[in-house]
Amino acid sequence: MLLRLAWRNLMGAGLRTWLNAFVLSLAFLLIVTAQGLLHGMNEQAAQALVAVSVGGGQFWHPAYDPYDPLALADARGPLPAGLAAAVDRGQAAAVLAVPGGIYPAGRMQPVVLKGIDPAQALLEFPAAALDTAVAEIPLLIGARMARSTGLAAGDRVALQWRDARGTFDARDGLVVAVMRTPVQGVDQGQVWLPLDSLRAMTALPGAATLVTLARGAPPPSAGAAGGWRLRTTEDLLADVRELVRAKTAGSLFVYALLLFLAMLAVFDTQVFSIFRRQRELGTLMALGMTRRQVLGLFTLEGSLHGVLALGLAAVYGAPLLAWFARRGWTLPRNTDDYGFAIGDTLHPVFGSGLLAGTALVVLALTALVSWLPTRRIASVRPTAALRGRAL
Amino acid sequence: MNGEPLIETCDLVKIYPAGGGELVALDRVSLRVAAGEFAGIVGPSGSGKTTLLNILGSLDAPTRGSARVLGERVETLGHRRAAALRNRHIGFIFQTFNLLPVYTVFENVEFPLLLLGLPAAERRRRVMAALERVGLADRARSRPDQLSGGQSQRVAISRAVVKDPALVLADEPTANLDAANSHQVLRTMVRLNRELGTTFLFSTHDEKVIGYLRRRITLVDGAVAADEAVTPTHGEDGEAAP
Repeated sequence: MLLRLAWRNLMGAGLRTWLNAFVLSLAFLLIVTAQGLLHGMNEQAAQALVAVSVGGGQFWHPAYDPYDPLALADARGPLPAGLAAAVDRGQAAAVLAVPGGIYPAGRMQPVVLKGIDPAQALLEFPAAALDTAVAEIPLLIGARMARSTGLAAGDRVALQWRDARGTFDARDGLVVAVMRTPVQGVDQGQVWLPLDSLRAMTALPGAATLVTLARGAPPPSAGAAGGWRLRTTEDLLADVRELVRAKTAGSLFVYALLLFLAMLAVFDTQVFSIFRRQRELGTLMALGMTRRQVLGLFTLEGSLHGVLALGLAAVYGAPLLAWFARRGWTLPRNTDDYGFAIGDTLHPVFGSGLLAGTALVVLALTALVSWLPTRRIASVRPTAALRGRAL
Repeated sequence: MNGEPLIETCDLVKIYPAGGGELVALDRVSLRVAAGEFAGIVGPSGSGKTTLLNILGSLDAPTRGSARVLGERVETLGHRRAAALRNRHIGFIFQTFNLLPVYTVFENVEFPLLLLGLPAAERRRRVMAALERVGLADRARSRPDQLSGGQSQRVAISRAVVKDPALVLADEPTANLDAANSHQVLRTMVRLNRELGTTFLFSTHDEKVIGYLRRRITLVDGAVAADEAVTPTHGEDGEAAP
């Protein structure tokens, strides 16, 4: 009964109801869209990192610290037996990282020389391009690296490095391919070459800095890993997750502002409605409704704005969101500088959890702002309400 | 009611705070109303008619004194019990009709039955019977804004009697009606009083209403100045009595 009356009252308010519901639905959709983009960013970044670099986790040489470039010179050693066996079985790929330099256009630029097996099929990384017979050392660089150094496929560039004994050495390399990858971590400041070539150049046969495990492959035991530290996929994605979390937290203020504006409209409508309909309120009490029932009726009426808004959002928002999720958002080039591995197009992810969670927040807040001005009904005298002087 | 009066008040006093002082709206009102009466509280504006009606309808509480309505002591009723008393036993008719604007005529009349929790079929039967009694069964689907003043008040009468209340309180029911509609509404109430045995208590200063009353309680400055049985000058057929 209350629902029917509340619904009728709401519809009876006509344009005012629909404007409120529209504003509320807009706020809902904007929040869902923004959150969906962040979710998409998270998903895409994680997927790209896993596919290109992180795999099913990594074992690091005990001295390896990706945040300490000075430690890199010592972060290499022979593969422990367990890890070597995994590499031999094709369940892992070894990478040797050596500090070095290149001389594009005669200017020295420090880089990390990274050796990878051109035959590896474990990562979605175009290492096969290195499997070529050229007089120079075949080199693979990323598009960002190519842009910053001015190098292109087919260019020659001098390489410099120090071998195992600390002796400087240099040779010409040939850029055999430039790869486009969303993962900056395998691009910027890095030059890839065949693992065997780098081992030979540095006189470090069988050495590696890290070993990437195949997705789903069981990691060797700690004993078999010979003191190399296991970094799980989640460990390696922690930075990305943290970055997304920070962006999500930062956007909370905007969500709060959006919701506040929408709720203000509902609140105003409630106040206006209660004030204008005092006689009706008194009549309902005279007909036998308790104050609690009348309070419930007005609160329900206000809360239905939320339901209406969700309905509206479903009608015009669902096709929009579906289209947006499919088409994605073509990112501007400078998005690359944000440090996210998300590629050229960001596809938002509108999960059921996000939709249901946001809908619940909208409904709960609408119910709250509907109830706040309605509380006064609890102290209204029916006779005063009938005279229109209760509030 | 086991022979007990439907309404019994004893030294009923209602005082409102007014401009730093007090306004005595009711001054030791004592009266008894039996079941089936067709009575009116008459008097000039500000004499306390509506205040008395509100207290008898458990919409307000007296400052002092007691009011027993259908066996319930109004002055001690909590909000919930007062609402239950109104819901089950008292019908209200207002000067401004007070129909719910978003409901149809049918739904307006049905509303008290919804509060009583009656099943749909029973509600429908009672609503249609109530609307037929006031001659508005064919307007069941209309909205209040599609009705004339007289029709609106007849819908309000249907709403008041649909739950078969023991008591109907009508506050200036003809104040917003022209003479023809006033007589039609009053004739309807006289007939319902006779057919259903419902007690009607009016507050009015309208001579047209007074002409239909069988008992006239005159209030002056909140006190009962006269309480007398009268012979109606108009009957159920609306004609002036010989």
